[in-house]
This record gives sequence, structure tokens and C-alpha cells, in this order.
Amino acid sequence: MSRLSEANLRIAHDILSRYPKKKSATIPLLHLAQEQDGYVTDDAMEHIAELVEVTPAEVLGTCSFYEMFKRAPVGDYRINICHGIACHLLGADDLIHHAEETLGVRQGTVTDDGKISIEGVECIAACTEAPCLQVNYRYMNNVSNEGFDVLVKGLRDGTVSVPKHGTLALTRQQIPEDKAAGNAWVEPDDAPAWWPEPEGDA
Amino acid sequence: MAVEKIVTRRFDNLKAHELDEYVATGGYEGLRRALSMSPSEVHDEVRTASLLGRGGAGFPAGVKWGFCPPNVWPRYLVVNGDESEPGTYKDRQLLERDPHQVIEGCLITCYAVGLTQCFLYVRGEMAHAQERIAKALNEAYAAGYVGKNILGSDFSVDVVLHWGAGAYIVGEETALIESLEGNRGMPRLKPPFFPAAVGLYGQPTIVNNVETMANIPWIVERGGDAFAAMGAENSKGTRVFAVSGHVNNPGVYEVEFGTTTFRDIIMGDEYAGGMRDGKALKGFVPGGASAPWFFEEHLDLPLEKVAVDQAGSMLGSGAIVVMDEDTDMVKACHNLVRFFARESCGKCTPCREGTTWLERILSRIIAGQGRPSDLSLLMEVSENISPGIAWPPRQTTICPLGPSAVSPIASALERFRNEFEDYITLSDRRVIPVGAA
Ligand SMILES: Cc1cc2nc3c(=O)[nH]c(=O)nc-3n(C[C@H](O)[C@H](O)[C@H](O)COP(=O)(O)O)c2cc1C
Ligand code: SF4
Ligand code: FES
Repeated sequence: MSRLSEANLRIAHDILSRYPKKKSATIPLLHLAQEQDGYVTDDAMEHIAELVEVTPAEVLGTCSFYEMFKRAPVGDYRINICHGIACHLLGADDLIHHAEETLGVRQGTVTDDGKISIEGVECIAACTEAPCLQVNYRYMNNVSNEGFDVLVKGLRDGTVSVPKHGTLALTRQQIPEDKAAGNAWVEPDDAPAWWPEPEGDA
Repeated sequence: MAVEKIVTRRFDNLKAHELDEYVATGGYEGLRRALSMSPSEVHDEVRTASLLGRGGAGFPAGVKWGFCPPNVWPRYLVVNGDESEPGTYKDRQLLERDPHQVIEGCLITCYAVGLTQCFLYVRGEMAHAQERIAKALNEAYAAGYVGKNILGSDFSVDVVLHWGAGAYIVGEETALIESLEGNRGMPRLKPPFFPAAVGLYGQPTIVNNVETMANIPWIVERGGDAFAAMGAENSKGTRVFAVSGHVNNPGVYEVEFGTTTFRDIIMGDEYAGGMRDGKALKGFVPGGASAPWFFEEHLDLPLEKVAVDQAGSMLGSGAIVVMDEDTDMVKACHNLVRFFARESCGKCTPCREGTTWLERILSRIIAGQGRPSDLSLLMEVSENISPGIAWPPRQTTICPLGPSAVSPIASALERFRNEFEDYITLSDRRVIPVGAA
């Protein structure tokens, strides 16, 4: 149960500075919290509420709408197996069944060692590579039952390395202060500098 | 039919995502050219190109850009990279393989329409695409292509990478804006019909798809006329289609828009290469999960907006999903309906309750618990969501997601009613305990 760390708080302020209104940073900050703890804790939500200046209930309202945000630990590795139409046609149901059997868990639950959870998910935009899956949102294409077993073994013995659940892009956007355009919220009626003459005279 | 590629032109170049390589292959030339023109001249090129939006609805980009009310500032650009319509796989490729091209398109659009900030909204599940865009933006900022006084001009704009967190409905443009404002991603009531009038923070906002943006640099570089010279009367340029399912070479193909046919792209050797294992074609989804299905007799239709609309479906998001003779159409139908039931945002009753019921009825049919009255019940519930069950659909709902769930049901029931009936006659109703509803 933790608020954002010092280092993450600095990132949070960076993110906040890019939006004309603070509340827009809610989803990016929820991702930051999930990256820190593996899921979104109550304390982090309260902290985010302070930062974006809304009530914690509003942050929860946003958080609970989105499938990726987890309110409880889901294991180090979240395996999302696509069961969208293209994957369905090429054997997704069998793959999910195989995953449940070999791991001894049902969809949405975590293995006893707390490492792996699986879930059938909607189309992950890799339809031509069906059947496919994501481990912590990293793709594996054309997955056979044997391929799945190799993946699980690799995750368990560390030969397959995937950033832990909650970590998305490893590179963050940086906008150096001296390079920022900073015209996010120009005064009403103020045309941007490059705009030639008042419109509407046509 | 080798036609020049536009948006996938650098896909063979595995370093195209790096700034140096992008610039070395003509990157940011469109931006340079735009900055040597006036904003309205750039806008005119895009109008001349008749570029249709590539996100699903196919609205002309140049016309949409003209809907911003004059003298209202600030104005925003929101780029829709939420790609989650089942079968759709193109925007992620464009973001991962050629991120600068998308960014360049955004910059030109901002310049032409006077948009003061750009938000590039990438689907939450696409970690690699987010990474590629973040790197590309960092490089572009450092080199002066994005940010303050771009290429030494008085054009300044920030492009902010934003990502979602898993919700298909957020792809709907007003829901996208709600999400970007930090809210639950629920569509807004219309009117106003276009965010161009009232959008992000109540300001004029242009929402365009990633592939739409990726076309802009080429159009400005080569001219709207050159673009309009490719394709057919109502469908100019090229389009990217993902062909998936039971074909030999599932893949993502950029083809000339409006002239290539479904037969070319599904059966042609240079594209999907025909049916797997020599099976017969049973049907195909021509434009994403929301699109009514097509069959053998539609194969010779061109991939052209008006022709496909008139034939009773849509090209939608460029997702062609092919089903062979062994496909269980009741299960395929259930699969698509389940998607909409899960993804309904819950804001309006016909969609929230209707899609849930449709899914339940289909589930019980598949589980061998179907009732003879279920088929008319499916139609009745569909009728409540989309009166008349016609094409284009009418709706009792706030957004088109509800009616989308009706498409697979109408298609499957009309063509494969016998498969539903087989499930129901073979079902063993006796296992239902007395008194169960
Ligand atoms: C339920 C629903 C989901 C949508 N999903 C997407 C999407 O993922 N990506 C997209 O670009 N457009 C999507 N759209 C279309 C957008 O509302 C909008 O029309 C489009 O982004 C506009 O861009 P364009 O004119 O460049 O196509 C969706 C629409 C609906 C109704
Ligand atoms: S039609 Fe469905 S998804 Fe669209 S607003 Fe209504 S409930 Fe939400
Ligand atoms: S259906 Fe599985 S990735 Fe699209």
C-alpha cells in the first residue's frame, strides 16, 4: 500500500505539466502507480486524487472503467490470450483450455507460486498472427500448445525476460523545457503565432 | 497490380523508426514543404486529395478540418490510436514501424488547421508502439522537428503521447475525448455531431485516425492531385487491409483503394493467397466486427466505400476476416456478440441490456439449452437496439456500438439459420430443472 515514490512523483509532475487540465493526467498517473506496485493501491489512488485535484472517488471511477487497471496483485506475469474472432477461428479456445490445464488455474486467477495469471481477452491487434497472446503486454505470435509450454517454462526459470506487470513502454516521453512549444492553453481569441490573419472574412 | 505504396512505403526498412533513417528516406520533407506554404494552401491539398478517414466511418478529412469554428482558440488535435475493433491490425504497425511518419502527419495537420496541441492517444495494451512513439518524439524534439519554432519557423506545437488502459469504446471519438479528460470512456450525446465544434475541454477538436495521419506527409509532398489520381471515384489513394482467418498468407496489405477486389486480396497470390487447405469459403467479415458479413457472391466487389455500403456492409477499419466451410457460424456469431456485450460502456439501456441478453441467448443455444423461441427472441432484442435491422443501421442508442452487435446476428441468422436450428433441435431441454426460467 503505497503512495507514489519520490522518483515517481517527479515523473508525475512532468506528466501533469503537459496537460491543459490536470484531470487529464489521471490515466497516465494510474499507469505510473501500477508500474510501481504491480497493481493500483488505494493509497496511490488517494495520492493521484491530490495531484489531479479531484476526489479519490473520481479517480476510482475512472480506474474501474478500464480493463488494464488491477486493484489486486495479478502475479508477476499476466498472460492475456486473445479470443477475438481471428484467433477464435484458429484455435484460441483450445489454447486457453490448454493453458488452464497446464497451469492448473482458471481464467482470472493466479498460480500458487504467485507468478502467473491468465485471461482470455478481446482482440489485441495482431489478428494476422493468430492465435496470439501478450505477456505483460508483450506479444507472442502464432502460439501452439508447445510454444505456450516453452513460454511458461522460460518465465519460471528466467530464460524469458519480460518487464514485470505494470511496466509498459520502457522509454518515457521527455519534453525538454527549452524545446516545449507551451501553447497548450493560449488565451481565448488568441490565434497561434503561425496563423496568418483572422478567419471568417471569406 | 503493383501500385505505389504510401503509408507502408518504409515497412521493408527495419530502421525506419529511427530519425536518421527516416530523414534519409525523405522523412519530414512533407513538413518542410507545408511550412513553405500557407496553412490554407496545405488544407486545400488535403481537400483535393479527398482523403477519407481511415478509422471506420470514412469521413473526408479535408472536410472535417473545415468544421472548426473560425476564431475560436485553442484548438486541439487528438489522434486515435485505440485500434481494438476485432480483426483490425494496421495502426499498430504504422506506429511501430514508421512512427515519425505519423508524427509528421500530426504536425502538418496542426499547421494547416491552426491546432495548438496534439495528443497522440495510443491503445494501452500496445507497449511496443508506445515505446517507439516515445523514442521518436524524443528524437524529434531534440532535432527541432517538434516543439518550439519548428525548423526555425514561427510554427510551434507540442505532441503529447498519451495512452489508454483497455476499453474498446474509447475508440469512439467522443469517448476518446472523455478518456483524455481523465473520465470513464463513455460517448457523449450528440449533437453537437462533431468534436470539431465542441471537443476536448469544450474547444474545437479534430479527431483523426492514425492511418489518416500517416497519409498526410505523402499528400503534401506529392500533391493532392497525385493522391486523387490513385484509386476510384469515391475512394482515393491506397488503403491498408489486414486479412486474417482461414487464408494461406494472413497479412497486412496496402492496396490501391477502390479498384482492388475482395477476390484479389483474399485469393490473390501476392496477397492472402487463397483458402487454407483448399477449403471452400463460407463467409467473411469485410470491415471489422461491426460489419455485416459478406459471402462468395460478394468476392468481386471492389474495396470501394460506396460499392460496399450499397451491398449492405462497410469497409470499416480495413479488417477482413475469412471463414472457411468448417466454421461453426453460431459460434462465430457468439464470439462477435460477446465482444460487444463485454465492451458496451453501459451508458444506454438498449445496448447495455440488449447486448448482454443477446450474448446469453447465444451462449445457451451453444450449450445445448436453446429454445425454439430463441431465434425470434434474438431478432426482437436486436430490433430494440436497431429498429428495422437495416443497413445503414438505425439506433436507439447514443453511439453505434449497440447496433454493431446486431450485424453478426442478422448476417448469421439470415444465411445460416439451419445451424442455429440444429443446435436447438439437438439440445436436451430435459436437463433444465422444473421451474427454471
Ligand atoms: C464503437 C466505436 C469504436 C471506434 N474505434 C475506433 C478506433 O479504435 N480507432 C479509430 O481510429 N476510430 C475508431 N472509431 C471511429 C472514431 O469515432 C472516429 O470516427 C475516427 O477516429 C475519426 O478518424 P478518421 O476520420 O480519421 O477516420 C470508432 C467508432 C466507434 C463508434
Ligand atoms: S451504445 Fe453502448 S457503448 Fe455506445 S454509449 Fe450506449 S451503452 Fe455505451
Ligand atoms: S482477433 Fe486475436 S489479435 Fe485480433
